[in-house]
Amino acid sequence: MAQAPKFIGAPIKRRDDPRLIQGLAHYVDDFNPPGTLHMACARSPYGKANIRSVDVSKAAAADGVVAVYTHEETKGIGPVPVGAVLPDAKVPVQPILADKQVLFAGEPVVAVIAETRYGALDAAALVEIDYEPLDAVVDLEAAIEPGSTKVHDDYESNEAFKWGLAGGDVEAGMKEADVIVKEKMTNVRVAPLALEPRGVLAHYLPGEDKMTLWTSTQVPHKVRTLVAGQIGMPENRMRVIAPEVGGGFGSKLNIYREEALAAFVTRELGVPIKWVESRSENFLTTIHGRGQVGEIEMGLKRDGTITAFRYNVLADCGAYYQLLTLAIFTLTGLMLPGPYKIDNIEMNATGVFTNKVATDAYRGAGRPEATYILERMMDIAAVELGMDPVEIRRKNFPDKSEFPFGTSAGLSYDSGDYHLALDRALEAADYPAMRAQQEEARNDGRYLGIGFSTYVEICGMGPSAALGGQGWESARVRVEPTGKATVFSGASPHGQGQQTSFAQIVADGLGIDANDVTVVHGDTDVVPYGVGTFGSRGTVVGGSAVVYARDKVRAKMAKFAAMEFEADANDIDFEDGKVFVRGAPEKSAGFADIAMMAYSAIALPEDTDPGLEETHFFEPSNFTFPFGTHIVLVEVDPETGDVEILRYVAVDDVGNMINPLLVHGQIHGGIAQGTGQALEEEMLYGEGGQPLNASFMHYALPKANRLPRFELLHTTTPTDVNPLGAKGVGEAGTIGSTPAVVNAVIDALSPFGITHIDMPLRPEKVWRAIAEKRA
Amino acid sequence: MIPASFDYVRPQSLEDALARLGEHGDDARVLAGGHSLLPVMKARLADPAVLVDIAGIEGLSGISESEGGIRIGAMTTHAEIEASGLVQEKCRSLAEAAGAIGDLQVRNRGTLGGSLAHADPAADYPAAVLAAEAEITVAGADGERVVGADDFFTGTFETALGAGEILTSVRISAPAARGGSAYLKAAQKASGFAVCGVAARLALDADGAVESIRVGVTGVAATAYRATSVEEALTGSAPSAESIRKAAAGAGEGVDALDDFYAGADFRRHLAGVYAARAIGKAWIRASGK
Repeated sequence: MAQAPKFIGAPIKRRDDPRLIQGLAHYVDDFNPPGTLHMACARSPYGKANIRSVDVSKAAAADGVVAVYTHEETKGIGPVPVGAVLPDAKVPVQPILADKQVLFAGEPVVAVIAETRYGALDAAALVEIDYEPLDAVVDLEAAIEPGSTKVHDDYESNEAFKWGLAGGDVEAGMKEADVIVKEKMTNVRVAPLALEPRGVLAHYLPGEDKMTLWTSTQVPHKVRTLVAGQIGMPENRMRVIAPEVGGGFGSKLNIYREEALAAFVTRELGVPIKWVESRSENFLTTIHGRGQVGEIEMGLKRDGTITAFRYNVLADCGAYYQLLTLAIFTLTGLMLPGPYKIDNIEMNATGVFTNKVATDAYRGAGRPEATYILERMMDIAAVELGMDPVEIRRKNFPDKSEFPFGTSAGLSYDSGDYHLALDRALEAADYPAMRAQQEEARNDGRYLGIGFSTYVEICGMGPSAALGGQGWESARVRVEPTGKATVFSGASPHGQGQQTSFAQIVADGLGIDANDVTVVHGDTDVVPYGVGTFGSRGTVVGGSAVVYARDKVRAKMAKFAAMEFEADANDIDFEDGKVFVRGAPEKSAGFADIAMMAYSAIALPEDTDPGLEETHFFEPSNFTFPFGTHIVLVEVDPETGDVEILRYVAVDDVGNMINPLLVHGQIHGGIAQGTGQALEEEMLYGEGGQPLNASFMHYALPKANRLPRFELLHTTTPTDVNPLGAKGVGEAGTIGSTPAVVNAVIDALSPFGITHIDMPLRPEKVWRAIAEKRA
Repeated sequence: MIPASFDYVRPQSLEDALARLGEHGDDARVLAGGHSLLPVMKARLADPAVLVDIAGIEGLSGISESEGGIRIGAMTTHAEIEASGLVQEKCRSLAEAAGAIGDLQVRNRGTLGGSLAHADPAADYPAAVLAAEAEITVAGADGERVVGADDFFTGTFETALGAGEILTSVRISAPAARGGSAYLKAAQKASGFAVCGVAARLALDADGAVESIRVGVTGVAATAYRATSVEEALTGSAPSAESIRKAAAGAGEGVDALDDFYAGADFRRHLAGVYAARAIGKAWIRASGK
């Protein structure tokens, strides 16, 4: 671009907002083709049970019921796809409908198809399944004990896999240490809980032999390839549409049983089949996140220098794998050194089957776990060494001159200035004043705490080779004959706002107004094959594809303009809706006039075809590594255990920002979600494997009234991994916030001698920790 | 989830509503604001054949002054009670309890009568009506009768309401010249229901001694209760922060407390003491005009 950007970097409001706020958006459930039948599933109420028999006669005879499916009728459907692989991992086959056994509460056994949703649900309740309840195992540590109740009868134990990562020499590092601090920590299982639950509408047209599948997903093309494969249909006969998607947080980066089931049934019956998940089903059958219990050892010199870090961890898989179950904890390993120079590092992970729904990617996906244990350990070490939490962090930061910075986990951090982000945060928080406030409060018998998290995360997933394939993203940019521009993105945003930011990117490059750019995504018949939106990659990878596609179109337009003005294409510039010869303003035409030239094609520049439509598949050369410092001030009421967040200061360096308003939106949501994990969230199960808190009446999502005004600042360290210099922001808030909040609470409780409490820090747990120390 | 199918009637008079209830017996349930009943039906924990919606009956809603106290119609919403100047003036703890319920949407639909009749052990109102010594009017086929708050809550989701009766209004007596009240709660963060909620209403004599005090506790036990030992300990002498704290500790003592994943029984008993002290302290400050 020759001109200074007009739109890139501007805090433009999301163009999705008016339709979302007014209820004018269309989610899966808003589509109702004539003749749609509804699907409901009879699901296991047990964590584990044998199915002695299934009697569907009453359900089949119920009013309005059209068909009933059991395992027998659906066994031809391929199992639920497992995408990530690990050597020697046991890979159980996840059927579409359970056959002889159910392995988690919520597992579907029978699908009922009826004329109405009510009718389908009523009929599903009439299915008679004779279960023989079996012992279930839900506790991660119990499940791996020798002789534990087994999840899968045909495996020797509940060990799903072993996986390790090592860099340097941890044993030597521990020997070198003056102090070794140890702690056992838990990252509990949490539910992603997108506010729009999953849903699918499948419509097969027998005459055209063509199926349309509307599904609430982050990855429409993956759904197409994989679901078409499951039901034995050529993928080019299937069109997958991700309409408005009300949040995903990784939970919709997956292929679920109901998608293949609905696709199978519509092909059998030739009418549209709709299934929309209830919130209860969402809690039970949509993937969960986190689920790690581990022992951490950290060696340090007296001056705070970290000499070694070891994490021996059990990772909760659930009963089956979903798409990326086997990849999540590898991200924990890769990010174990965090923003510190730790030469010797080791992670030993054991995957464990439990009678629960699978774990998989949940906002942050493996990195929050790494950041949490590391940032907690930094505070524990600081207490042990009598250092300030700031000082110990600084001591171990690489200097900005050391970037690209190679870590012992084998990554190369693209760019960073960790000291600067920390400085900025300390200044914004007025750290000395905050400590003084804490001191003063303590003298009044009040317990304030200050928590830090200095984090780095891995984003912009990512180079294809590093991801085991499909790390690229696609985009097509079309300038229409009337001079409007349309972006077709292979990414599949679901609330992030790229309909706005991609328009900003194209508007600047073509010198047109952002309002003249439309962004289309989430329709496999319309956009180029794409990978999807996850891993903070939408803008970083998808937006970069847009940049290149835009520049190709611009270059082509420049040729038409050069022909018109008898000038060199290199001298053509684009600004304010005009195309002109640089330095010769009289040689100027409207952007739309040049666009029309390319489509009328009465005259063509040399070696140039008609039309203005270009596609680019962008392959990044590396991941990106955003970073930052979060500082939290909390007050703990020692009598009630209540935690109140008084201040939240965050400095996030996400590289260049295309739209700071969208960046802030992501950080706001991320902080809230990470705070939820720190303070309240946890999937709880009874001994039989039944969830104890699978409803919004029991499972507390963070609410606005429990959060303070966020004080958000930035430093900007661009990356050279992509043309935008952007690093990604979808998960930063979640990753940075959880340890900062917990660290603040523990700091508040330090007068009681408390050094660690496992999340979530619900009032009772905090109160008990204090009571124990007081006793 | 979606409820099982049911019939719905919307009578226009109390007589008609009572007749409908008589006609359908145990198959019928009264629908007020629907914010307790409908969630239970959606979870299919209840499947009444008939819902008798009393929203169309005139005169069941509204707040008025009554013999120096207040009379509140059963269909008055939490939001109306929270915002009512009259309730704030006469019985601040009731307004505070109303304002502590759920979220704004719930408070705009849920009703005083519906909540009291539902008698959820973690609902906010029971503590407030116990502390306020409210009189609850119920109508039945044989006419009206008045039930004192102390006799109203008989168990978990159980009340003194007889078969086919409808709760029509709640009356709260005039506050004392030097009176004050307050309601405070620890909320379950998901549901907003009380893990522990305490309402205190007290009157001071001219010397500042406690003339009378009532303390209602909800969320802690299977049924809301009065912390009578606390009341007795504080009656007759001028309170201090210390005496309140000491007396209030008894609010949870010996109580057969609820126990769930969010709060164990001992934690609930402990919270009863903490919140009793805070609510009484606040009521005392209000009464003494400090």
